[in-house]
Amino acid sequence: MKSFEFFEPTTLAEASNLFAQEHAQLLAGGTDLVIGMKAYTETPETVISLQKIPGLDGITTDNDKSISIGAMTKVRQVELSEDIQQYHTALAEGASEIGSIQIRNLATIGGNIAHASPAADTVAGLLVADAQVDIASADGERSVPINELFTGPGQTVLKPGEIITQFRLPNPVSGSHYIKHKIREVMDLAFIGVASAVNVQNGVIKEARIGLAAVAPTPIRATEAENLLSGKIPTPELLAQAGEAAAAATSPISDLRCSAEHRKEMVDVLTRRTLQNALDRV
Amino acid sequence: MAKHPVSLKVNGDEHDLLIEPRKTLLAVLRDTIGLTGTKEGCSTGDCGACTVIVDGKAVTSCMVLGVTASGKEITTIEGLASDGELHPIQQAFIDTGGYQCGFCTPGFIMASKALVDENPDRTEEEFRFALGGNICRCTGYTKILEAVLQAAEEIRTDS
Repeated sequence: MKSFEFFEPTTLAEASNLFAQEHAQLLAGGTDLVIGMKAYTETPETVISLQKIPGLDGITTDNDKSISIGAMTKVRQVELSEDIQQYHTALAEGASEIGSIQIRNLATIGGNIAHASPAADTVAGLLVADAQVDIASADGERSVPINELFTGPGQTVLKPGEIITQFRLPNPVSGSHYIKHKIREVMDLAFIGVASAVNVQNGVIKEARIGLAAVAPTPIRATEAENLLSGKIPTPELLAQAGEAAAAATSPISDLRCSAEHRKEMVDVLTRRTLQNALDRV
Repeated sequence: MAKHPVSLKVNGDEHDLLIEPRKTLLAVLRDTIGLTGTKEGCSTGDCGACTVIVDGKAVTSCMVLGVTASGKEITTIEGLASDGELHPIQQAFIDTGGYQCGFCTPGFIMASKALVDENPDRTEEEFRFALGGNICRCTGYTKILEAVLQAAEEIRTDS
């Protein structure tokens, strides 16, 4: 590992000023950064730990059941949170799919998202929760919807010095489900990740959201498929149409994990399956 | 680069150290403090050989910078036995033959300890799944699982 200057600031403003410098990296859980530094794919000159900044960690549920998740909250805590399991099941399921328990005890949800891997396991769940990403810097604060955060593999709209502080999940969904398509039960990366969430009233789908990971340069929502579903009574034919529309929204690559054709086909299958399971959970 | 003052509480002992920020917790434990029971396997978080318990949670110490562990309580395999008595999990690994070459054993025992402390009522399937972050290169998984189930059973009966 290359040498670097290490800072452990206690305020966001201080962290932001340090992070605005060139060749600076934020350290959250370290499960991506430390491994990257060992492999020399990350060679920061300055590393800024966020763990001493108060208020970045923890899950809070308001009276209206909206939930805030601090960026430094461990993925394991997201996985085990009863409120997230109940109101945003797909997100708890996604969190439980990351690495091993040892890794989930280190990794943070903010790090999983800021790393901007199109295959991140918490991202599909946050997409279908319609999460807002709160961002702070020395210049102030702003908030962006999670589906506008990513611009490419490893790339986000975050500007130098900007730090994700929390995720806000506005409303509970009636039912949701995440499937990670993978080979190993644990310690694997997603071939693809699919989350579906539905709000249902009197047997009619009021709103559907579909989040897809590892099938495009960024995680995406399958909005055409969502629109097909809204206002309809769910039937196998309708879910099949939604699956096809979701697959059509993807632009996957072929890599050593699997082919683009396989990914597209599995988006169709897993969109149907996650929708059905989300509906069954309502 | 400047070394940083770090206070680690390892197995109940305080260590005030000056360490380079690029040293992992694993390297600090093994090279600086001299506790070589914790093993370095893959060094990328995949094998679990470096598992230690930090503030009650099992973590892969190869992914932790030592400077970020300052002020935390760390338990390594050397800290499990007390007054010459092995911890029930250590004893269970011996009783069942839950080790072959022994390289993965400290990691498996520390991961198992955290699991059993958290919830000894897990089913076999749940323990199997929860230990997915540890690899045994001798493939002695059946005996390892027997050891963990035996220890969990003992701890359930004792409490």
